[in-house]
Amino acid sequence: MRNLRLGRFVLPVYTVIALVYLLVPIAYTIAFSFNDSKGRTNTLWQGFTLDKWLNVCVRGDICDAVGSSLLISGVSTLVATVLGTAMAIALVRYSFKARSLVSLSLFLPMATPEVVMGAGLAGLFFNLGTGYGYLTVILAHIMFCLSFVVVTVKARVQTLDPVLEEAGADLYASPREVFWRITFPLLLPGIVSGALLSFALSFDDFIITYFNSGGAVTTFPMYIYIAASKGVPAEANVIASAVFLLAILIVVGTQIGSNLRQKRIMAIK
Amino acid sequence: MAIAGFNTSAAPKQSSTPLKTGKFVWVLLLPGLLYLGMFFMVPLVSLLITSVETPDASGAIGMYQYGFDLSSYQHVVIDYLPQIGRSFGYAFLATVFALLISYPLAYFVGVKLRTRPLIQKLTLTLVVAPFFISFLLRTIAWKQIFADDSVTMGFIRNLFHLDQTFHFLGTPGAVVWGLVYNFIPFMTLPLYTSLERLDLRLLEAAGDLYASPASVFTKVTLPLTMPGVISGTLLTFIPITGDYVNASRDFLGSSDTSMIGNMVQADFLQNSDYPSASAMSAVLMGVILLIVTIYVRRTGTEDLL
Amino acid sequence: MKEFVPAGADLELRGIRKEFPGFTAIENLDLHIPAGEFFALLGPSGCGKTTTLRIIAGLEEPTSGQVLIGGKDVTFTKPHERPVNTVFQSYALFPHMSIIENVAFGLRRQKIADPLAKAMDALNLVELGHIAQRRPQQLSGGQQQRVALARALVNRPSLLLLDEPLGALDLKLRRQMQIELKAIQMEVGLTFLHVTHDQEEAMDMADTVAVMNRGRIEQMGAPEALYERPKTSFVAKFLGQSNIFVGEIADSNSETLSISVAGSRISVPKARAEKQAGKIAIGVRPEKAQFHREAPADASDRNILGPGVIKDIRFTGVSNQYLIEIPNVGDVTVFAQNVGISPVIELGEKVWVSFKVEHAFGLADLPVGDED
Repeated sequence: MRNLRLGRFVLPVYTVIALVYLLVPIAYTIAFSFNDSKGRTNTLWQGFTLDKWLNVCVRGDICDAVGSSLLISGVSTLVATVLGTAMAIALVRYSFKARSLVSLSLFLPMATPEVVMGAGLAGLFFNLGTGYGYLTVILAHIMFCLSFVVVTVKARVQTLDPVLEEAGADLYASPREVFWRITFPLLLPGIVSGALLSFALSFDDFIITYFNSGGAVTTFPMYIYIAASKGVPAEANVIASAVFLLAILIVVGTQIGSNLRQKRIMAIK
Repeated sequence: MAIAGFNTSAAPKQSSTPLKTGKFVWVLLLPGLLYLGMFFMVPLVSLLITSVETPDASGAIGMYQYGFDLSSYQHVVIDYLPQIGRSFGYAFLATVFALLISYPLAYFVGVKLRTRPLIQKLTLTLVVAPFFISFLLRTIAWKQIFADDSVTMGFIRNLFHLDQTFHFLGTPGAVVWGLVYNFIPFMTLPLYTSLERLDLRLLEAAGDLYASPASVFTKVTLPLTMPGVISGTLLTFIPITGDYVNASRDFLGSSDTSMIGNMVQADFLQNSDYPSASAMSAVLMGVILLIVTIYVRRTGTEDLL
Repeated sequence: MKEFVPAGADLELRGIRKEFPGFTAIENLDLHIPAGEFFALLGPSGCGKTTTLRIIAGLEEPTSGQVLIGGKDVTFTKPHERPVNTVFQSYALFPHMSIIENVAFGLRRQKIADPLAKAMDALNLVELGHIAQRRPQQLSGGQQQRVALARALVNRPSLLLLDEPLGALDLKLRRQMQIELKAIQMEVGLTFLHVTHDQEEAMDMADTVAVMNRGRIEQMGAPEALYERPKTSFVAKFLGQSNIFVGEIADSNSETLSISVAGSRISVPKARAEKQAGKIAIGVRPEKAQFHREAPADASDRNILGPGVIKDIRFTGVSNQYLIEIPNVGDVTVFAQNVGISPVIELGEKVWVSFKVEHAFGLADLPVGDED
C-alpha cells in the first residue's frame, strides 16, 4: 500500500480544524466582550465598543464576585499547594506501607463527580451545624485541588535525581539546609505549575461552590450561572477574557522563557 | 496521570539511591491524608447516612430524622430511571466522540510534533486553552451560537434544506455536543502523555517486519497507548455522569434532557429533599466505585497518579 | 565550626556487614587505610564496592560493624557531620548554581571564612577559574568532572571518596585525569579511596589495591604484588589474564611443589604457593610464557608443556596474543610483544609452551568447575 503524498497532510489539517473548533467559543466570548450591548442581554451584536473593558466594575456585583473568587482561590491554592507538595515528596522519595491506600485516596477525588462531592460536603457542614460561607467554600476547594497538586508536583519530583541531595549532605548541609537550598529551588517550577493548576480549577469551579455557599457567598462562576437565565452582561465576558489572556500569557511566556534560556546555554557550549 | 501532561519535562530518573524509610514520611503524609479523610471520606459517609433518613415526624420541610429507610432509594431508582439512563447514555456517547476527536489530535501533537518542541508546547497550550475560559461562559457561547434565531442555525437550515422549526438547542444532541466540547481536554491530556512517551523505534521495527501502517497502529501503537486511553476514558466518563450544567434548561438542554445531576441539585437545593438527593448521589457513586474497582483490579494502583 | 584537617586521616572498617532485603551486599569487611595513601577498591559490578563507599560516606548504615576515621567511631554519624567528601559517579553538580557556588557550597555550610576566595583557588587548581560563573550544564563532561573534584577537595576532607569518577570520560581524557588526580593527591597529602572496576586505572594510580568480590576483599596489597602474585583464582582472572593448571601434588622438595598435567610436570616455588597439599591450581601470566617451534630441552627452572597447535592469533597493536591448544591440558594463552613487522608464526603450527618456574603462582582455591 503506497503512501499517498496527500496522506501527509491529513493530520495537520485535521489538527487545524480541531483547534478552530476548540477556539470558537473562546473567540465568541472575547468578541462579545466588545459588544455595545444595552442592558443585561448580550446575544445580538450591536456595535464595537471598549466601554465594557474600561468600565467593567460599574456593575458592582460582578467585581464583588470576582473579588470573592480571588480570595477563595488564593487561600485554597496556598493550603493545597503546601499539603500537596509534602505528599508528593513523600510518595516519590519514601518507602512506606499503605502506599496503595494513599494513592487511592488521592485518586478518588479526581474521579468523583462534583455533584456527589458538593452534596456530600454540604450535608457534612449541615450536620456539623457550621452554616455556610467563605470558610466552607474554601475547605471544599482545598479538598478537590489537593490531588491535582500532588500529581503535578510528583511528576517534577520524579525528575529530581536524589544523588543531588546526597551530595548536599556529603558537603555538610543539614537535612533542613538540603531541603531549602537544593530540593526546594529545583522543585519550584513543578510547585508553581501545581499552584497555577489549583488556582485555575478553584477559580472556575461552579458545582461544588454552589452547593456550599448557602447564598452567603457569590463567586464569579456562580454569578454567571445565576445570570444565565436572565442574561449574562458583557462585563462577565470582559472578566473571563482578561483571565484567559492572562493565563495564556503566563503559560506561553514560561514556555518561550525556558526555550530562550536553553538556547543561551547551548550557545555558550 | 492526566495532569502530568502539563509537565512535558523529562521522564522519571532512575537512581541507585534507595527510598528513604522511617517515621518522618508520616509527617509529610498525615496532614493531607487527614484532610482528605475529613472532607472527602466523611462527606461520603454522611451522604449514606442522610440517604436513609426518614421525614421528620412534624412534617416540616427539610427536617429529617435518623433512621433506616430505604424508600428514598426505591424512589430514586424508579422515578429517576430516565435521568439515570440519560446520564450514562450521554456520558457514553460523549466519551466515544471525545476519544475519536482527541486521539488523532493527541497523536499529531505527541508524535509528529516531537521534532519541534516549541510548536508542540504551543499547540498543546491551544488544545488546553478552553480550560482557561470559564466553562459556564463557553457553554453559553455555544448556546448563543446555536440559538434558534442565530446566524449559524439559519445557515445550517439552508444548507440541509431543513424546516424552519428545526432547532438544535434543547435536544440531546446539543447536550452531548456541549459535553464533548467541555471534556475534550480531560481526554486529550492523558492520551498526549501516553503518546508523547511512545518509542517511535518500535513503530519502525514493526514496519521493518512487514506491518502495514494500519497494522502498526492496531498492533503496536494502540496497545502501547492503551493506558492513556483508559485513563482518559475514566477521567471523561465519570465526571460527565454527574454533570448538570450542560443539560440544564438555562444552557444547552431542556426539561427533557435532565440528568442525574439536575435531579440532585433540584432535590438538594430547591426541594430540600436531602434523602433523595443523597440516595441519588450514593447510587451514582456506587456505580463509579464499581468501575474504578474493576480498573484498579486489572492495572493496580501504581499508575493511578 | 569545623576545623580544617591539615592532612588526611586513616580509615578503619571493622567487621562491616550490610544486608539488604533479599541479599547480602557485604559479608564481612575489615579494612585499614593509612593516612595519606591513595587506595583503590577494585571489583566487578555488584561486588559491594559502591555500598562500602556509601557506608564510609555515611549515606548508608551498616547492619553491623564499625567505621573509624582518624580513630573516631563515626559509624552512626550523619553524612553532613563526617569529615569525608565524595566525588560522585554522576558528578551530582547542582544545576541551579554556578560552578563557583557549587564549589563554595560545602565551605558555606561549615561557615568557613572567605568561601568564594577559597573556591576560586580550588577552581584554579583544576584550571577552570576562568569560567567560574558558568552553570554545570554549560560544561563538557571532563570539565564537570573537574568541578566535582574541586568541590570535594576544597573542604580538605580527612578522606576523599571517588566513586568511579572517570567512567564517563573518553580514553585520552581519562589518562590525563588519572595523572592529575594522582598529582593532586600527592601534593595535598589527603587520603584517597578510589572505587573502580577498571583494573588498569587502579594499578596505575593506587599505592594499595584491594580486590573485592561478592562482599569480601579477596586480596589486598601493592599493585605489583597483586599482579605478580595473585592468591585466589578470582584475583588471577579479574586482574589481568592468567593461564591456570589444576592437578594433584605429585612431587615436592624443599623449594618447589609440582603437579602433573598430561604427562608434563608443572612446578611452583613453595614461597609463592598458597596451598601446599592435595589438589592445587598453578597459574602463570601469558606475557611470562613463550612458545617454541621445537621441543625445548628440559630444564629444572622452566615448566614445559606441549606439543600443541596454534588455534587463534589476535593482533592488538602492542602485542600478539596466541591461543594454543594442548591436548589433555586445554587452551594456553601466550602474549608476545610486537617487536617485528611480519607475523612470527602461523595458525595451525605445532608449538611447545614454556615459562619460568619462578613466575608461576599457586592459588589458594581452585577455579570454578575444577573443585572436588
